Amino acid sequence: MTVPISKTAPKMALSVRDLSVTFRTTDGPVSAVDRVSFEVDAGEVLAVVGESGCGKSVTAMALAGLLPGSATVTGSVRLGERELVGASEQALRKVRGSEVAYVFQEPMTSLNPVFTVGRQIAEVLRVHRGMGKRQAQARAVELLGLVGIPEPARRLREYPHQFSGGMRQRVMIAMALACDPAVLVADEPTTALDVTVQAAVLDLLRDLGKRLGTAIVLITHDLGVVADIADRVLVMYAGRVVETAGTQELFDAPRHHYAIGLMGAVPTAARRSEEGRLREIPGLVPVLAEQPAACTFADRCPAADDKCRTAEPPLLPAARPGSAGTHRAACWHPADEEAR
Amino acid sequence: MRTYLLNRLWQSALTLLLASIVVFLGVRALPGDPALAFAGEERDPESLAAIRARFGFDQPLLVQFWKFLTAALSGDLGDSTRTGIPVTSMIGSALPVTIQLSVFALLVAVLVGGATGVLAAVRRGRPAEWFANAVALIGLSVPNFWLGLIAIIYLAVGFGWFPASGFVPFTVDPVANLHHLVLPALVLGSGLAAVVMRQTRSAMLESLGADYIRTARAKGLSPRAVVGSHALRNSLVVVVTIVGLQLGALISGAVVTERIFALPGFGKMTVDAVFQRDYPVIQGVVLVTASAYVLINFLVDLAYSLIDPRIRVTGAAS
Amino acid sequence: MSEPLVSEPPSKSDPEVAVPPLRRRLALRRLARNPIGVAGFVVLALAVLAALLAPLLAPYPAAQVHFDAQFQIPGTVGYVLGTDDLGRDILSRILFGLQASLQVGVLAVAVALAVGVPLGLAAGYFRALDALISRFTDLMLAFPFLVLAVGLAAVRGASLGNAALAIGISQIPGMIRVVRSETLRLKNLDFVAASVVDGASDVWVLGRHILPNAISAVIVQATVAIPVAIIGEAILSFLGLGIQPPDPSLGTMLSDAQQYATRAPWAAVAPGLAIMLVALAFNLFGDALRDALDPRSSR
Repeated sequence: MTVPISKTAPKMALSVRDLSVTFRTTDGPVSAVDRVSFEVDAGEVLAVVGESGCGKSVTAMALAGLLPGSATVTGSVRLGERELVGASEQALRKVRGSEVAYVFQEPMTSLNPVFTVGRQIAEVLRVHRGMGKRQAQARAVELLGLVGIPEPARRLREYPHQFSGGMRQRVMIAMALACDPAVLVADEPTTALDVTVQAAVLDLLRDLGKRLGTAIVLITHDLGVVADIADRVLVMYAGRVVETAGTQELFDAPRHHYAIGLMGAVPTAARRSEEGRLREIPGLVPVLAEQPAACTFADRCPAADDKCRTAEPPLLPAARPGSAGTHRAACWHPADEEAR
Repeated sequence: MRTYLLNRLWQSALTLLLASIVVFLGVRALPGDPALAFAGEERDPESLAAIRARFGFDQPLLVQFWKFLTAALSGDLGDSTRTGIPVTSMIGSALPVTIQLSVFALLVAVLVGGATGVLAAVRRGRPAEWFANAVALIGLSVPNFWLGLIAIIYLAVGFGWFPASGFVPFTVDPVANLHHLVLPALVLGSGLAAVVMRQTRSAMLESLGADYIRTARAKGLSPRAVVGSHALRNSLVVVVTIVGLQLGALISGAVVTERIFALPGFGKMTVDAVFQRDYPVIQGVVLVTASAYVLINFLVDLAYSLIDPRIRVTGAAS
Repeated sequence: MSEPLVSEPPSKSDPEVAVPPLRRRLALRRLARNPIGVAGFVVLALAVLAALLAPLLAPYPAAQVHFDAQFQIPGTVGYVLGTDDLGRDILSRILFGLQASLQVGVLAVAVALAVGVPLGLAAGYFRALDALISRFTDLMLAFPFLVLAVGLAAVRGASLGNAALAIGISQIPGMIRVVRSETLRLKNLDFVAASVVDGASDVWVLGRHILPNAISAVIVQATVAIPVAIIGEAILSFLGLGIQPPDPSLGTMLSDAQQYATRAPWAAVAPGLAIMLVALAFNLFGDALRDALDPRSSR
């Protein structure tokens, strides 16, 4: 399933190959992520989309080894020349926050309520860059300015509860960017925010990513967010990648019926303001003990037949003129454009 | 913040006033005539009347209360009807013993209970947690006065490691003072340590599951920084609350501990005073207890706002 | 989109409020599977049995003195746990003392229940009463239980009943708090709200919906309050404020034993161990019960 990398491509920041995650639970093993592969270039925004439970957040946490001990991770996550899967906890600690940084969904609860934001930003710099207190504080002021927080020197001494939701998320972004990471993993960064604030935070993320050359892995269930800032999209379902394409390609001609289902629920401006979330596809993402030799979406798919239930569809390039092999879908009966 | 403080002060004063009314009336509901108790052998009506006049028992309740209150505010709690010694000087000699004992016991409770609580939370599901839980449960189930008795029999008398009873003021001989307090402090602190342990453990478990802990880990902090700084700071509020709530238990425990180790403290004074119907002393000790309670709760609230900035701003301590 | 191809997922109904009996049965099953809880229960049952059957089990009446057999060491024929300064059989005294301990424990918790449950329900249900009752609980918490007990003993005389009363009063605030917070939680649940909308009276809602669902929390609180009361009785009797000699009490036994502790340490060890064992059994059982009733709680 490897894809030859062309020499002319921009510098690749992160390369994930056949990443699988299984959790041990009291009810037996649960497969959360199954052989997921992707890569992200510096300055690029890759969106990973899917319903909740499809494995996108687990994938995100697995990148820097942040899953709990009950998880078994296999496959490969390469950051430059380094392999992160199976790396020692100590090595991973050096990577986290400095080379792979995270922004989480709930800025309210993701910042520690009892420390000033200045301390929380400075902490990263002191741990990874060995800066002294004064130096770290000075850099923290710069960072707060960078993410567009007015009066950064004063607000540095304030606590998270004194910030609005959007401002808190800016603090999270400043904290994540403190050490100029190669990869920024943003897990639903705008889901908890007001619609009006969402766009501003997304703009900031994309803008900073391009300016600093940071590769961004954006986890979201919101195709509106994808359309706003992603360069490429990875659609996940039940732990597997079912479709991957450039953002425009995917929106123009989705191939997998799950992607089409998501598209059918792409929020229009009007619907989005009243719900703010995707319309759901009937049924639930299955919880799997083992990955079956079948299409996991078959039970919810309008085009499913016997083949879908007995053989796993490979992720193949879409046979479509002009797609240049970057558009791939794992479907035995991919839709063509008319099907929409 | 200032209005919050003023509000708290006003509430404290009100609590103290209420407490003094309750005590004043409660003491007068005790059966037995204090004048009789003081008079001893001379029970002729004249000397009883003289005694009543001396202590003001012949005046209307309201007048007595007003005199008591104004005198108390000027630092005069009257004289013991038993010994004639000023109550303030009795308290002055007994209180330091109890304060020292309580502070040491609190230290034992917070250090031992806090440390094992954190350990149990971090080592969740491992033998260390099981062991810490078991010790805490036993600590909750052991009457600590019995623990004191056993400690005296075996550690003090049996091995002779510690003095079995008595007290030496710190100013007279610091080493002997500490030596005398080791067992009482351990005994009084052990039960509280079990409570602190269980609360710390559950608070830490809650903190460790919080989103900001995930953030701290994602920042590449060491487990020591994640647990010791990010999680512990958030759990401190719980520990401080426990310390505040356990004050009553601490005072009760101190009474028994002082009795077992024959420490000339506040607790012993209280029990003696009640049995001897020594009105002024009872009033005095309860008033001091209530003041201590009010003061400590005030300190607990202050500690809250130092630990958790959210309380500082809203001023709402729940 | 086409119609759903899979059956509807089971609705997320909340079993805890929909069918309390089922929830309780499940809890009992969980409890039965917890070896520590079962152990606690067995020890508890044995202790209660031993206390109830004390007149049959005890070799001697509790107060019977044997001047020919003072300070017998444990293991002596006829005196399994030894004798005290008056030659009284320690085993017999422990059995009768246990009876008194459990009596105080149950009486005290009954006092706490009788006052705490109605006040807790009222505080949680009627907003207007909440501030008043909560202030009252705060004030009560301020009062060291021993000072209360000392006062009560002074006013009404020292006895088993007064000790139980003092301990029970000191446990009222805890009971109020537990019931209040349960009531607050239950009041906001749909089925209670629905009942209110249907025009049910407050008393009906409280008695029919809230109390039956709050009862689990009340039982747990009672289970952990009993050992506290048992230890409280021992403390009061030890200080001479509880059960009066010659009636046997574990506390007075310890207080006597202190007088001759170096001569007969066993007289101080056995009664304390008995208190500890019973309290531990209650605590183990209480913890297991709480875990069983609320599997999510981490104790």
